[in-house]
Amino acid sequence: MAIFLNADSKVLVQGMTGGEGTKHTRRMVASGTNVVAGVTPGKGGQEVDGIPVFNNVGDAMAATGANVSVVFVPPKFAKAAVIEAIDAAIPLCVVITEGIPIHDTAAFFQYSENSGKTRLVGPNCPGLISPGLSNAGIIPGDITQKGRIGLVSKSGTLTYQMMFELRDLGFTTCVGIGGDPIIGTTHIDCLAAFEADPETEVIVMIGEIGGDAEERAAAFIKDNVTKPVIGYVAGFTAPEGKTMGHAGAIVSGSSGTAAAKKDALEAVGVRVGKTPSEAARLVREVLAAL
Amino acid sequence: MDLYEYQAKELFAKHGVAVVPGKVCFTPEEAQAVATEIGSTVVVKAQVKTGGRGKAGGVKLADNPSDAKDRAKDILGLDIKGHVVHKVLVAEAADIASEYYVSFLLDRTNRTFLAMASVEGGVEIEEVAVNNPDALAMIRVDALVGCTLEKATEIADAAKFPAEVREQVIEMLQHLWKVLVEEDATLVEVNPLAKISDGRVLALDGKVSLDDNAQYRHESHLALIDNSQTDPIELRAKEFDLNYVKLQGEVGIIGNGAGLVMSTLDVVAYAGEEFGGVKPANFLDIGGGASAQVMANGLDIVLGDPEVKAVFVNVFGGITACDAVANGIVQAVGMLAERGEPITKPIVCRIDGNNAIEGRRILDESGIALIERVETMDDAARRVAQLAAGK
Repeated sequence: MAIFLNADSKVLVQGMTGGEGTKHTRRMVASGTNVVAGVTPGKGGQEVDGIPVFNNVGDAMAATGANVSVVFVPPKFAKAAVIEAIDAAIPLCVVITEGIPIHDTAAFFQYSENSGKTRLVGPNCPGLISPGLSNAGIIPGDITQKGRIGLVSKSGTLTYQMMFELRDLGFTTCVGIGGDPIIGTTHIDCLAAFEADPETEVIVMIGEIGGDAEERAAAFIKDNVTKPVIGYVAGFTAPEGKTMGHAGAIVSGSSGTAAAKKDALEAVGVRVGKTPSEAARLVREVLAAL
Repeated sequence: MDLYEYQAKELFAKHGVAVVPGKVCFTPEEAQAVATEIGSTVVVKAQVKTGGRGKAGGVKLADNPSDAKDRAKDILGLDIKGHVVHKVLVAEAADIASEYYVSFLLDRTNRTFLAMASVEGGVEIEEVAVNNPDALAMIRVDALVGCTLEKATEIADAAKFPAEVREQVIEMLQHLWKVLVEEDATLVEVNPLAKISDGRVLALDGKVSLDDNAQYRHESHLALIDNSQTDPIELRAKEFDLNYVKLQGEVGIIGNGAGLVMSTLDVVAYAGEEFGGVKPANFLDIGGGASAQVMANGLDIVLGDPEVKAVFVNVFGGITACDAVANGIVQAVGMLAERGEPITKPIVCRIDGNNAIEGRRILDESGIALIERVETMDDAARRVAQLAAGK
C-alpha cells in the first residue's frame, strides 16, 4: 500500500510538450511511472517518446484511463489547466508550477472544493512518490526504495534530504505538499492517509516557518494519529517579516515561528529533531523499538 | 510587496474608494506648495512601511503652507523603527467624527479571503482582536463569488455600522474588494475609515500588499517599487534573479531549495554556538535546476558581503546536478581571480544527490586550496562555523 499514488496510477502530464514537461516526463517514466498521456491545447495527435498528446484532459482520460494529472504549465496558464482537470473530475491533480498568483490558486482551490472530486497537491511543490510504484512530479526516483516510513513536507529539497538520510529503510509514500500560502493537500490530509495505510509504520512531518499548518497538524495528531510521528521544522533563525524563498515562509509578529511550531508538536508527543539528521536518528530509534 | 500609504491611496482612488486629496512630497518646499494648493489645514504624514508613525512624531497638523514646510522639515529624515523618512504625504486635514476599520486579506488557514470590520477603528486592530473580540467582525469571502452587495451588507451589519454610514460602508467594501482582486493584492486595509463632520465616509489611511507572483500582469506596479530602503547586496542579487536575504552574521550560505537553505541557516547557527555565537550572514537559494552560471553568481554575491568570513555551499542535487554545482564553484573562483579579486575566504562544500560523485571529484581535483569538502551537512556546518570564528 501507499497513499494517493500506487501501482495502478495512470499519469497524464499537462504541459508535456514544454521543456520542463518533457524533461520530467522522461524522469517519471525512468523511475517506473505509468505515464499514459500528455495534454497540450492545440497539440493533440502528437507524441512525446511514444506517449500520445491530447488537446484536453477529458479526451486524454477517456482514451487512456488516466487518473492522475501532473501540471507543468507556466504560471500564466496554470489556473485554466487546473480548472480543466477538475472539470474532467480527475481524482488527483499535482500542480508542480511555481509562481502562480495567489488569487488564481484561491480560485482553483475553491473550484476543487466545490467539485469535491479532485484532490489537489501543490501548487509550488515537488509532487509525490511511492517508491517502486509510481512517481508524480519531480522528486528523484533513485534516492530511496519502498519501505515503512511515510513522509510529508512543505519543502522539496528537505524531502530529498530526509529520503536520503533514511534511504536504507525506505518509504511508503513521500508527499511534497508545497510552500505556497494556499495549498490543496495539507499536512493533516497526509497524516490521516498515513494513519489509515497499513504499510506505513512511522510518519515524518517536515514543516517550516509561516502560517499555522503545523500547529493545526499537532491538534489533529493528538486526536487522530496513533502511529509515531517524528517532526522537523526549518527556519528557527529566520528574521521577522522577511520571506525566506517560499512565498508562504514568513514570520509575522509572534505567529508562524519555528519555535511555536516545535512547541505545539512536542506538546502532543511528537518528537522533533533539531536538524534533519537528528530527526532521521529519531526515526531509526522509533522503528527499532516497534 | 508592501506599498506606502500614498501609493495605496492612489490605487484606492483608481477603484472608486473615497480618499482625501493629497500629494507625496520629497522636500519641505514641495510640502509648502502642496499645502498652498489644498488651501486649508493639512496633515503631514511620514511615508514609511511600518506602523506607529503617530507616536514617533511622524504625523503632524499644519495650519498654513509655511507651517507645512516646517513640519515636513521636522519629519523628513526621522528614523521610525529603523525606517528613515524620505517622503511625506501632505493631505487635507479631515474633521473626524468617528473612526472605523475595514480590511480584506488572504486567510491562509481557511484557504480563502477574509473580511474584517469594526466600528472601533483608529487603534491597532490586533488590540481590538485581543481586548474586545466581539467588536471585530470576521467574515469569509468566497474567492469565486467575491464581495457582492449581499456579502458587503453582511460584513457591514456584522460589524454593526450605524445606520447613517451603513450604505457608504457597503459601497466602499465593494470598491475595496475590487482593489484586492484587480490589483492582485493579498491585503487591503483601511484604518481609520472615518466619518468626517460633513457625514462623508473616507479612507484616511491605507495599507496594501501586492502579490509578487502576479507582477507579470500589472506593468503599472513596476513604478511602485522603491529600492531606497533595500539592502544593496539584496538589490544586486535581485539583478541576478537570486533569492537572497541579508542577515547579521559571518557565515555566507548558499543552497538549493528554500527549505534546505532555511534548515542550513539553523544548523550553522547551532554549530556556531560552540564558536562564540557565529551566525549565518544570509539566505541564498539558487533554486531547483541551478546551472554553473547561477552558482557562480551566487558565490559572487555572498563573497561580496564584507561581513562574511567563510562560506558554506550546501546542495542536495534533486534536479540540480552536483557536477554543475561543482563546476560553478570552480568557475566562480576563476572568474573572481580574473577580475583581480581572488578569493580569500574558505568555502566549505557539502554536495549530495544527483551526480554527487562527479561533483566531488571536480572539487577535489580543482586544486583550489580554499575549497574544503565535508561529507555531511552537520559536520560541514561545524567546520564552517569554526573557520568563520578564525579557529
